[in-house]
Amino acid sequence: MRESGKEFSFNEDTEAMVQSTIAKYPKGWEASAVMPLLDLAQRQNHGWLSKEAIDYVSQRLNMPPIRVYEVATFYTMYNLEPIGKHHVEVCTNLPCWLRGSDDIVAACEKALNITMGETTEDKTFTLSHAECLGACVNAPMMQIDDEYYEDLDTASTISIIDALKAGKTPKNGSQSARFSCEPATGLTSLKHQEALLKSEGNGGSL
Amino acid sequence: MMLKDVDRIFTNIYGLESAMLKGSKKRGDWNGTKKLLGLGRDKIIDIIKESGLRGRGGAGFSTGMKWSFMPQEVGDRPHYLIINADEGEPGTCKDREIMRHEPMKLIEGALVAAFAIGAHVAYCYVRGEFYRETKVLQSAVDEAYAAGLIGDNACKSGFKFDFYIHRGMGSYICGEESALIESLEGKKGQPRLKPPFPANVGVFGCPTTVNNVESIAVVPTIIRRGQEWFSGIGKPNNAGTKLFNISGHVNSPCTVEEEMGIPLRELIDKHAGGVRGGWKNLKAIIPGGASVPLLTKKQAEYATMDFDSLRELRSGLGTAAVMVMDNSTDILRAITRLSAFYKHESCGQCTPCREGTGWLWRVMERICNGDATAEEIDMLEEVTKQIEGHTICALGDAAAWPIQGLLRAFRPELESRVKKPSTAEAA
Repeated sequence: MRESGKEFSFNEDTEAMVQSTIAKYPKGWEASAVMPLLDLAQRQNHGWLSKEAIDYVSQRLNMPPIRVYEVATFYTMYNLEPIGKHHVEVCTNLPCWLRGSDDIVAACEKALNITMGETTEDKTFTLSHAECLGACVNAPMMQIDDEYYEDLDTASTISIIDALKAGKTPKNGSQSARFSCEPATGLTSLKHQEALLKSEGNGGSL
Repeated sequence: MMLKDVDRIFTNIYGLESAMLKGSKKRGDWNGTKKLLGLGRDKIIDIIKESGLRGRGGAGFSTGMKWSFMPQEVGDRPHYLIINADEGEPGTCKDREIMRHEPMKLIEGALVAAFAIGAHVAYCYVRGEFYRETKVLQSAVDEAYAAGLIGDNACKSGFKFDFYIHRGMGSYICGEESALIESLEGKKGQPRLKPPFPANVGVFGCPTTVNNVESIAVVPTIIRRGQEWFSGIGKPNNAGTKLFNISGHVNSPCTVEEEMGIPLRELIDKHAGGVRGGWKNLKAIIPGGASVPLLTKKQAEYATMDFDSLRELRSGLGTAAVMVMDNSTDILRAITRLSAFYKHESCGQCTPCREGTGWLWRVMERICNGDATAEEIDMLEEVTKQIEGHTICALGDAAAWPIQGLLRAFRPELESRVKKPSTAEAA
């Protein structure tokens, strides 16, 4: 774990969510809130958990620090090192690999001019491999920060990264003409909804 | 014959209609839920047992039977329902669609299931990466509370029911029920030794039932339409409808609800536009998520998609995540990718899995790269057997089975890839 040299405590906005989070669990089991609290701390701390932030959570929940270290180091979504403003995670597991995730990795590396595991010099992007992200019928796909980008090809991957570079918000979800997880060639079930499919236009059901 | 729309449970699986209360009520959700609860605990459990519903998370255990393991009376310790939404089995993306497109089915199902097992609280453990899905589900939960469908007097039944979402933070093993329970208690997700089983000692030391999202979401429809309706679909002992995810080398990958026991080829041809380059271009299919052994083209010709018949083929229905691989696939590379996955996801608790998954991956890499010798193929098989059955949870087995399946079906491909002994070695 890495020290940031800066003290950490929850700000007012985070604090508002802390109480309602702890209240989800029975009395005496406040430790159940450790995962969501670490997530809140990470969001407040520019995407990574410093040792100070982890220690702060352990104090808040009255847990021995080692128990919180165990949690922080076990789960992959906690970043224990400073990270770029945007975290680009390309799924390279089997279903995505079968549909060309190698090309998506290459497109990201080229667009960002870094290799897997690296962060751009300006600290804007960190690029990582991800294990299966559970959007396999929309492969290949990647996650950037909280959003999924699906049905990717080289061109759409580059345009998503370019949009982020320009400070814009790219459209999430399917990057092809699909709405969500239906067959791209038209509905084979629930055909009465075909008209809705046409009226909705291009993807992104969320 | 294809399943008719009238027999489909998830009529908004593609999200083309509103997922929220107004849209979902039109589709029949929350219709007379109070009356359903009025049937009483025992009757509800009986209906689900008789419907033949088998758990949709992969293991295929009878859902009604699982519920009946909970203590009859609620004693000093409250009961809990946990919904497993930690969907992470490679190839699987069905629970995601339920959460973002049919959240009300899940919430209503949770109420009915919780009532049946005497729980007043349900925790839905959603994998952390499903951020959007969690937001939709939370909005649906908020709506259900505001409408009095859940809360202090759920559906005016007098039954108190709370539904909480708990987000995971990136860990495949937390899909194993006892690891999930550990995680929900704020610990590392390492599976527990059983017994005690969750129905006796689960989360917070209390009786707990853990069910998959799909298993819970189908419950209200089964009770409304009757156990005979559900058990009349599919095959004996493999009843009902099922969400299938078809990915990989097909013309149009998709998620679709179909009848259990549908022929695999029909599923792919009718819904996924067929194998890329035609059926003749098929190499192999993994029919039930990364953990189950692959089927050869020949097996895939006559395989039907249900628990028992896929088990007979020494594979499994698992999560019904169908991954199709055509002849362009380097099948060794494909299985090696899965080995890397299991190595990454081993929780490190049991030595055979912690060390063995690394062994498997390294030997597979050597074989793929042409660096291995012929003896290493036998060693590979031996290592899978030393892991299988020697660990607390099934992750070790799940790492072993894909390789065992590969060895059964494609051993000559492995043999052709190993290093030929040099003349000096041969001498």
